[in-house]
Parts: sequence; C-alpha cells; structure tokens
Amino acid sequence: MKTKLLIILAVFGTLVLTHSACKPKNAGTSVKGSSDVKSFVAPGQYDDFYNFVSGGFSGQMSVYGLPSGRLFRVIPVFSVDPEKGWGYSEETKPMLNTSHGFVPWDDLHHPELSQTNGEIDGKWIFGNANNTPRIARIDLKTFRTSEIIELPNSGGNHSSPFGTENTEYVVAGTRFSIPPDYSNGDVPISSYKDNFKGHISFVSVDKSSGAMDIAFQIKTPGINFDLARCGRAKSHGWFFFSCYNTEQANTLLEVNASQKDKDFIMAVNWKKAEEYLKAGKGVKQKVRYAHNVYDEKTHTATSTIKNEVIVLDAAELKDICYMIPCPKSPHGCDVDPTGEYIVGSGKLAAVLPVFSFDKIQTAITNKAYDGDYGGIPVIKYEEALYGEVKKPGLGPLHTEFDGNGFAYTSFFVSSEVVKWNVKDLAVVDRVPTFYSVGHLCVPGGNTRKPYPKYMIAYNKITKDRYLPTGPELTQSAQLFDITGEKMQMILDFPTIGEPHYAQAAPADLIRNNGQYKIYKIEENAHPYAAKGEKESKVVRDGNKVHVYMTAVRSHFSPDNIEGIRMGDEVYFHITNLEQDWDVPHGFSIKGTDNAELLIMPGETSTLKWKPDRVGVFPMYCTDFCSALHQEMQGYVRVSPAGSKVPLTFGTGASAPGTNQVQ
Amino acid sequence: MSNTKILIGAILLLFMMACGGEKKKPEATTSPNSESSKPAESQTYDPKRGEGKFSAENVILDATLNAGMASEGDKIQGVKCASCHKLSDERLVGPGWKGVTQRQPAHWIMNFITNPDPMIDKDPELQAQLEICLVRMPNQSLSDTDARNILEFMRKNDGVK
Repeated sequence: MKTKLLIILAVFGTLVLTHSACKPKNAGTSVKGSSDVKSFVAPGQYDDFYNFVSGGFSGQMSVYGLPSGRLFRVIPVFSVDPEKGWGYSEETKPMLNTSHGFVPWDDLHHPELSQTNGEIDGKWIFGNANNTPRIARIDLKTFRTSEIIELPNSGGNHSSPFGTENTEYVVAGTRFSIPPDYSNGDVPISSYKDNFKGHISFVSVDKSSGAMDIAFQIKTPGINFDLARCGRAKSHGWFFFSCYNTEQANTLLEVNASQKDKDFIMAVNWKKAEEYLKAGKGVKQKVRYAHNVYDEKTHTATSTIKNEVIVLDAAELKDICYMIPCPKSPHGCDVDPTGEYIVGSGKLAAVLPVFSFDKIQTAITNKAYDGDYGGIPVIKYEEALYGEVKKPGLGPLHTEFDGNGFAYTSFFVSSEVVKWNVKDLAVVDRVPTFYSVGHLCVPGGNTRKPYPKYMIAYNKITKDRYLPTGPELTQSAQLFDITGEKMQMILDFPTIGEPHYAQAAPADLIRNNGQYKIYKIEENAHPYAAKGEKESKVVRDGNKVHVYMTAVRSHFSPDNIEGIRMGDEVYFHITNLEQDWDVPHGFSIKGTDNAELLIMPGETSTLKWKPDRVGVFPMYCTDFCSALHQEMQGYVRVSPAGSKVPLTFGTGASAPGTNQVQ
Repeated sequence: MSNTKILIGAILLLFMMACGGEKKKPEATTSPNSESSKPAESQTYDPKRGEGKFSAENVILDATLNAGMASEGDKIQGVKCASCHKLSDERLVGPGWKGVTQRQPAHWIMNFITNPDPMIDKDPELQAQLEICLVRMPNQSLSDTDARNILEFMRKNDGVK
C-alpha cells in the first residue's frame, strides 16, 4: 500500500515536473519558437544564402549568411581599411586614386550581382561610390575589389551600378546635375537651368574578364537621378531611371524639389543609343577620370588617367529617351521578373503606380505625348499606366519580386513592408519593420529568377531594438520568411555602416564559382617577390631600400637587418610562402605611420616605412599563425644619415654578427 | 521497495527523454562538412604506409638516381620547403632532411608531404615529432609530380647516385 502510494506520488510529481520543466520550451515553440528554428544554423553548418550588404558611409561591402545573419567578411572597396592594408600597401594605393588624387573614403549604396540571361551568375558584384562618383567591381573568386572606374560629368553617383540582363552594362546616373566637366564650371549656381546637365554613363563590362569601360554617356536636362533598373526578357534593351527635382531647384530641395505632383521615370532605349554610337552621333568630350585595375598575378594595382568620353545628347537624338510621369519624387523604379511591369515608388506619393512596358511601346508608336521636357518626349501618364496600388502605405521606397506574382514594397514613413499582387494590384499582407525601412531584398528579386525563400528589410533606425551603445546605435536588417502567404519575421541582425541596398544569392552558386583558396606561389609575378628563402635579400638603391622578405610559420627571412640610415625609404616586400588555405601572415614595424599588411598564402605585399629616429625597431607577424607565432619577429637597426654601418641582413646563422659572436 | 525504485527511475528516464524529444532538430541547411561527419579512420591507419594516394605498389624507385627529377625537386624545395627544413640532420622549424629516405618508406614520405593534416592527426611518429617542433607541417599544395621530384631530391641528398 505504501509502495503504491509512493508510486502514485512519484508519477504525479514527475508529471508536474515534466510539465513545468518542459513548458517554457513548448510555449516558446508555439508562439515564436518556430522563428528561432527557421533562422538557426547549427555550429559548423553553412547558410543557404550569401547576403551582400552595402556598407553605406563605411564605403565597404559586407557579406552575411542567411538565414543566420552571421557576418563573414567586410570587403574593403572605397574606404581605406588598415586591418587589411587596403589603401596602405603600395600595391593597393592606386585603387583609391581618382582625378582628385588619392581619396580615402566614400559612400557605397548599391551592390549589384552580375547576371547571365537575366539570372545571377556568381562572377562579380558591383558597388557605387556616391560621393566621388565611381563604380567598383569585386571579383567573387577572391572577394576582393579588382577594378574601380571613375565617372566624369557626374556628382553623387546614386543611380548606380544597376546592370543589364547579361551585364552588358552597369549604369551610373548622376544624382546631382552639374556643369559638365567639359564646360566652364565657374558659373553662378543660380544658373542651374541653363548650365547644369545630367549625365548617365553606360559602363560596358567584358564578358570574360569583367573589365569595365565607359562606352558612352547620355546627356539630359539638369535633374536628379535616383535609382534605376534594366528591362528584362521582353523589355531587354531598355533601362528605367527614376528622376526627381524636375523643378530644377538648386537650393532647399526639401521644399523646392517637391512642388510638382509628378516627376518622371525616364525610359532609355539603350539598343538605340548603341546604334547612334555606331553611326558616329556621339560627341567626344575632354574630361579626366581614373581607371584602376588590380592584377592578380602581380598582386598590384595600376591607375590610369583617361581623357575622353563619348556623349549622346538625349534632346537631339530623339528616340533614345522618354519621360514617364510618376508621382511624386520617385525613389525605387523596379521591373518585375517578366519585364512587363515597372513599379515607381514616389516617396511622397499616396499611390504606387505600375507601368506597362507594352503600353509604353504602343504610346511611343502612337506618339501619345504630353509635350516634352527639355527636348525629351513626355508620354501621357494614362497611356503608360497599368494601374495603381491604392493606399499602399506611406513613403514607398523600393520594390522586389518573388517570381510567384507578388511584389514586396518598403515604406519608410509607415515603417512596413507590403506584399501585393502584381496582376490585380491588391495588397495581401503587411508587416511592421523596426524601424524606418529603406531598401529591401529578395534573393534574385531584381532578376528573371528570384529565390523566394526570404525577404530582408534594411532599416535606417534601430532605437530600442538592441542593447544601447551610447548616442550612436547599430544599424540593422530584419529577415522575413516569405514561403507562406503571410510574411513572418524570423531574425534581427546588426549591420556595419548604414545598409542601403543589398543582394543575395544561393550559397552554392557563389561558393562553387571557382573561389581561390591560395595564390599559387609559382604564378606570383610580383616584381619584388621572394619565392623561397634563398631569394630573400635587401637591396639598396640610393635612399630607397628594398627588403625582399619571406614569411612562413614561424619566421621572417631576413629577420635582422642593419645598415638602414635616416632619410631612407624602406620597402618591405613580404612574400607569404605558405600554400595552405587560411594561413595569412601579418606584418608591421614600430612607429610606422602606415598600417599593417595582411598577406595571403602565395601573395606579395609591400609596406613603405620611413624611419623617424635612430635606434632598433622591432617588427612582427600580426596574424596569429602557429604555436610559435609569438616568436615570429625581428629587428631593424637604423643609424644616422651618412653612417658607415654596412647593409647586412639574415636569419638564424646568417643574421648580421652571428658568426663573429660564435 | 526495489520495484518502486525501478519504476521511479523509469519514470524519470521517460521525463528526460520527453524533454529531449521536445527539442526539434533544426532543419538541416546544406551539409557541407561531410569530412567532419566521416567515421574516424584511426583504427585503420597504417603507420608504415601513411594516409594518401601513394603505396609500395604505385611508387617505384630505380636503384640509381634520376638526376632530372632530383633537380626539379631541388627547385620546388627551395620555394616551398627550405624555409623550415635544412638538408643536414639539424632541426630548423621541422627536422633536417638527412637520412629521411632511410628512416621512412618512399610512399610514406610522399603521402605525408601531400596530405600532412590527416597524417599528423593519426601517425604516432608524427605526433611525437609535433611535440618537439610544435608547428604542424603546412600543406604546401604539392602536385603528385612535385612530391615525386622532391622525393628524388631527398634520395640525392641521402647519397643515392
């Protein structure tokens, strides 16, 4: 009896215990627990997608995994990065050269993955410099910036670097209209309407090498260009640019550029532009711009200043450009996967207009125009319009597509993302974002082939979402599962800089693209490479001293150098002899007014050092490389100018003075 | 009484299993790390052969030296090996090369220099060596031909004519 009671008690007690112990997990699972699981990627497992996120005012591009939101890498693009020696090593300094000289910072807003047949091909990703107008190409085999081209006649390269279906071109529409570089720029600012012009650059991209070149520019009246999208499938051959400040204000744009009910989306027939270019209708103009290319074999960049660009005048060459009225100060200008629908996001508008490519073509054939704007025909609004999404939200900014007939539009003012049906223009779902969403991204959401698993909102304000860090708070992204009818938020993750636009691609497409693990030492064509310790040496050339140094776990060769004199410029050319994945070596020396080098296996990088005083200077490996990393160090002796100390160097038994001492 | 204990024990076990079972296994995303899920091969490791594609059957040595191969091997070792290995029996970062072809079979050497990481994890001699050198020999991306040429150079270094 006693036993039975005990058993009953035990059973009952255990049930209670079981219930209460497990309950929090159950509750979690049913309420929001499934969201934990959806964004959870177990330690050691890979994410489904790469997410390339603009770094905004950091000038860089960051790489995250989805759905985990884990940060993998920050790729230095337009800003110096002392951590990676970007803009500090002799090899990378030319990458940041411009017609204004060396520029150490910029503002990157829009990543654009290269495409083949309207689908992401995993070769390159492009980014725009918003301040000193440039486009960068990042090679996805190395995740390094391999080319930067400057854009003349531009100010604020915002409407960029959106690409065409086969990456024939990436475009660059100027945000600020300015007096062209080929005109006299010393004019009153108030003469905007007469002297300021817009220019849109079509930058060609070589199919195999990716090499960029400014094929031509289109000159337009002075207005602001904001964003752009290529036509695709049926509308391939066209490009669509959102325009604002059609009021042509040059001061207090907040008020003065918000006067008209409608601004424009400018449709550009770039195939026609190509014909005019071939027919010699372009005008060669004298300009100055830098073109910087990184060579993977010499591990060295070169910067070339170019002096000419071909300009096509949109007002004279009638059938390149057409203006489509769009309410009101449009930001996003997005084309659906079929190429038929063009969505204008008037950020001050109460409706979301959807234009029809077919109707635009018919309107052009029938010349259904409402006059012209600075010589460019203006198509009648109704003749281009497919329909309007009514009362979608406040402050529409940007739209991406899921390929299943739905569009997702971000609303900055009402802090929400709205899902709507492209065909019947009905709103089907809306979710709040925290807070003030700018761009959003569906993987492949700007292509013929979206991967409709996730949608990510990139927010401008986080306020109370994270632990506070003083006045300056992190920026953030929010991940939504869009596989169901309703969007479901599954993760918040902080981002670097300010995230503007971002793109994402399936992980396998990027990681199986032939990525490098090392640079082959046999193929290293750096002029100062030391391929093996026996090639390590120090050579004086006047007051320039070239150190051909090798690095291997865990020593430098040479690691003792004497005979450096005040007034010398010392170039440490370090070759990493390792040939294994994930074994970089670092290098720096005491008192250098430079940064460190971070040298990948098989690579050669150069740190320039001007000693500022007499003495012995320690140098060491800055990247923990092995159990004897802390032993990976050396000394440089600096003597006064004119000193008779001979130039000697070595490692171990060959180190200066070693034989005399023994 | 002992029955009761067993019962209580069984119930507790059930409770533990129940809670464990509640945890949903996260949906597998991609499973890229197939290597890590491989069963350990240490039981099957043959310290005389090493681990890799070379064996006594597929590495054939001539009694005399192939001078051309040895000279190729010399070039490669200058770039990829010499910063850590001396040609004498003196240790630098790793052990000196003198006598290595007498201590180890040719195919073991070629397996080790082309496939160092798995062998360092399993080979008793290499583990003993690691305790002395404290630096794992890096994978220097040698091709099969590179490895054979380096072996020939090691033979030359050991006096094969």
